[in-house]
Amino acid sequence: MKVDLKQVEDASKEIYIRALKLLPPDIKEGFKRLDAAETHPTGKAILGTMIRNISVAEANTNLLCQDTGIPIYNVVIGAGVEVDGYALKQAIVKGCERATRDHPLRSSVVHPTTRHNEHTSCGRGVPVINIDFSDKPDELSIEMIPKGSGSEFNSWLKMALPADGIDAIKTFVIDCVLEAGGKTCPPTIVGVGVGGTADLCVHLSKVAATRALRTACTDPEGAKLEKELSSVVNKLGVGPQGLGGDSTAFAVHVETAATHITLNPVAVNMQCHSARRSRVTFTPQGLSYGF
Amino acid sequence: MAHYEFDTPVTEQQARQVRVNDTVTLNKTLFGIRDATQIHMFDHGRKTRFDMNGHAVIHTAPNVKWVGETKATPSGYDSICIGTTTSARMERFTRPLMEQYGVRIIIGKGGLFAASQSAFRDIGGIYLAVVGGAAALETTWIEQIEEVDLDDLNPESLWKFRIKGFGPLLVAMDSHGGNLYTEVNKSARNNRAEVLAALGVKNAG
Repeated sequence: MKVDLKQVEDASKEIYIRALKLLPPDIKEGFKRLDAAETHPTGKAILGTMIRNISVAEANTNLLCQDTGIPIYNVVIGAGVEVDGYALKQAIVKGCERATRDHPLRSSVVHPTTRHNEHTSCGRGVPVINIDFSDKPDELSIEMIPKGSGSEFNSWLKMALPADGIDAIKTFVIDCVLEAGGKTCPPTIVGVGVGGTADLCVHLSKVAATRALRTACTDPEGAKLEKELSSVVNKLGVGPQGLGGDSTAFAVHVETAATHITLNPVAVNMQCHSARRSRVTFTPQGLSYGF
Repeated sequence: MAHYEFDTPVTEQQARQVRVNDTVTLNKTLFGIRDATQIHMFDHGRKTRFDMNGHAVIHTAPNVKWVGETKATPSGYDSICIGTTTSARMERFTRPLMEQYGVRIIIGKGGLFAASQSAFRDIGGIYLAVVGGAAALETTWIEQIEEVDLDDLNPESLWKFRIKGFGPLLVAMDSHGGNLYTEVNKSARNNRAEVLAALGVKNAG
C-alpha cells in the first residue's frame, strides 16, 4: 500500500481537533462507573460537572478542555506499507501546524529557555512523533494525544534497587498519587512504567497512561500488577480534583520492559480525566477516524 | 454551607464572610492571569493598566480567535474555549497580587499552599475551586472578552472577561485557615499504610 502524504497531513490536522473535542467511549464509560460508585458529596458533584462538560463540548462542538497540550503522534506502520519516513514526519508536523492556525487553537508550546511561542503548537522536537511497526498488512495508523500539562507536570522516575523488589514499585506508585493530589485533574489514569532504561521506563509510563480503559498489559506480570494497584488506588480518598471522594483514578495501567540485572526502574505519568486521544487508520479502502 | 452571589469587585468583608465548603457564583468582571503574566508583572517589573482592586482572577490562558474590534468583540478577540490551569505553579504570586493590586478572589484548580493561605488570612481573600478540564462548560459562563493587556505574552496575556453566572464554585480556601486540599491530603496520607498493606507491601521504605 502506498500512502498519500497529503492525506496524512489533512488527517493529522483533523485528529488533533477531533481529540480535543470528542472524548473516547471507553473514558465516557469510565465516568459512568465512577459516578455510580462515588459516595462523597463533593466528589459526586464534581463528577457531575465533568460529565456535563462532555455533553456541552459535544453540543457546542467545542474543546473539552482549554489545554491543547503537547501534541503527540503515535505512528504504527504495518507490513507492506510504502512510505517515505522523513516526508511522513513532515506531513504530520504540517497538519499539526494547520490545526493550530486554522481552527484556531491555543498554541501551548514554547521554546524551553526563551519561552518563545511560534503559535503553531510546534517547535524543536514537537510534536512528539513516535514511530513503530506492526505485522498488520497494508495498514498505517496514527494516534494523536494532546497531553495536558496539569497531568504532565506531575511525572516521576525512580531508579529503585533490585533489593527493594516490587514493594518499591507499589509504594512509589501510591506515593506519587498522594503527591499529585488534585494537581493532575483527577480522576486520572495512573500510568506506570516498570523496567527498561530510564528513558524507556518514562516512555512506558506515558504509553500506560494513554492506553484505553479496560485494556490490559500484554505482559501477564504487568497485568497482574495493574489489577492489584487499580483495586486499591481509590481507597486513598484523594477524589475528583483532589477535593475528596472515591474517584481518584479510572484505573492504574502498567507497561513493562526487561531491564538490567542491577536496575529496578519505575516511572509514573498520569493522564487527566480529559483523557483525550483520537486515531486515523489508512488502509487500501481509504481512511477512517476513530479512537 | 451557604451559597453567595457576588458581583465583582467584592469588599474585604464579603471575602471574609465565606467559609470553606460554601459556594460562590460570580457576575460582572473576571481577570484571566497565568504564569508568564505574573512572571512579567512581579519579576520583570511590568505594570497593567487594569484596576483589579477587589476583583477576582482566574488561572487561565484561553483559546481565542482574533476577529478584530467590533461592538460584540471590543478586545478584538472572540472566545473559543476558556478553562482553568493548575494553580500550584503560581503560589508565590498570591501575596503580591493581593498586596499590590488588591485582588480578593483567586479561582483555579488543584489548590494553593501555605504562603497563599497566610495572604488570604492577613489581607482577606479566598480561593475558589473551578472544575479543571470542564472548559466547554466554563466558556458558557463568559459573555465577552472586554479588554486585553500585556498581549505580547499571548496566550498568557492579562484578560478582562465579562461574566454571567460564573459558578457555582466551591470555596476551597478561606481567610480563616480553612483549606480543603490540605484536609483531603492529610486524610489520604492517613490511608497510605492501609493501602500499602492491602498491596502486600512489607517494606515501604
